[in-house]
Amino acid sequence: MAVGIARLAVLVIERDLRLAVRRWDQVLQPLVFFLIVTTLFPLATDPDMSQLRRIAPGVVWVAAMLSSLLALESLFRPDVEDGTMEQWTLSGQPLAWLLLAKTAAHWLLSGLPLVVISPLVAAALGLESSAWKVLILSLLIGTIALSMIGAIGAALTVGVRRGNVLLALLVLPLAMPVLIFGARAVDLASHGESAVGPLNLLAALAMISVTLGPFAMAAAMRISVES
Amino acid sequence: MQAASASMSQALGSLLEVNTLDLWRGDRHVLRNVSFTVGPGQFLQLIGPNGVGKTSLLRVVCGLLPPESGDIAWRGRSVAGRAGREQFHGELAYLAHANALKGDLTAHENLRFGVELRRTVELDAYQRTMAALEIDRCALLPERVLSAGQRRRLALARVLLSAATLWVLDEPTTNLDMAGFKVVEDCISEHLEAGGCVLAAAHHRLLEGDPRALALELD
Repeated sequence: MAVGIARLAVLVIERDLRLAVRRWDQVLQPLVFFLIVTTLFPLATDPDMSQLRRIAPGVVWVAAMLSSLLALESLFRPDVEDGTMEQWTLSGQPLAWLLLAKTAAHWLLSGLPLVVISPLVAAALGLESSAWKVLILSLLIGTIALSMIGAIGAALTVGVRRGNVLLALLVLPLAMPVLIFGARAVDLASHGESAVGPLNLLAALAMISVTLGPFAMAAAMRISVES
Repeated sequence: MQAASASMSQALGSLLEVNTLDLWRGDRHVLRNVSFTVGPGQFLQLIGPNGVGKTSLLRVVCGLLPPESGDIAWRGRSVAGRAGREQFHGELAYLAHANALKGDLTAHENLRFGVELRRTVELDAYQRTMAALEIDRCALLPERVLSAGQRRRLALARVLLSAATLWVLDEPTTNLDMAGFKVVEDCISEHLEAGGCVLAAAHHRLLEGDPRALALELD
């Protein structure tokens, strides 16, 4: 019996979530990193609340971006090293779809926790509570885009030994618009202005990366597996 | 012309056709003008010392390594095109050096996630296949506590359950004991009887003396 496309996605996501539950210490890493970076800022800079409040949107967004980068390294590497990815490319199933599902699972484990915990960080940095909604929304949309863009880079560099630095060099410039629009949206909201403009642009970036990203990932992965 | 040659190969009864393959790795000419065919019920073994290019040839056949020249056809249709490749991959099961198993998943979970990517299988079938390979007792153990031989058997179980026509096996008996060797031979024999075909690289000849087992010497 053939396997439906929805069933495939459920299977891949279920597998990755199961693996994550059994390796929860690795899953926590990016989240802990996010918390540490954001809580270090009040200690290292002037503890004056008004100044903290001013830099809060930038701090949260830079921390989110770096923590998503940290999580990327383990996105495809274990599966490529143990031969699972080879089996996927030979399964006769659309590789782009499998990789999209895998990246979705990755976002559930590394992006969504940041979104959930962000109000806590916002409170610690003294961000106005009126801006929290925009912060959560911008992180929700932005981390999707970051995961997708990052996954393309991860697929390209997975064949390279110690590709971390290369991955950062490759992904950071592409992810820059996400950082700019995300931080700008929160900044506008904290000044009581409308954040619709940057949020729309953020959503557009997420849409483009979700629809076109998987094809780039699949092409990159085929090259990485061919060796 | 193409249609004529396709129907001819069907009539001759070959499923997999490999024509004049050439492969370079760096400045080494690994495969020189390699051609062979495998038909239903046939078992082709690649023979040769380490480093001669057995694994490379298997990877080229599977489409994991692009050759410099030559072509591969499945059921008379080239696998270079997208449609041909997808049909071929749907009927292919590849057992690589790496077992493609996860240490943190149980044996049964590993098998399920490997097989259900291709087709839906009933619970009974898992039981039966694992019993046939004598690993049914470790179904609920995490893969990392299994022995190397048990892991190899688990990877073989995935091939068995894939219901593929063509099996491409890279050293299927690695880490297996004598009983395991026999089990692999039985599985291959059964698959050939059902009309399937097998391409394998092996140090130890499998199904020695069987008329269905052919050998291709690489040098």
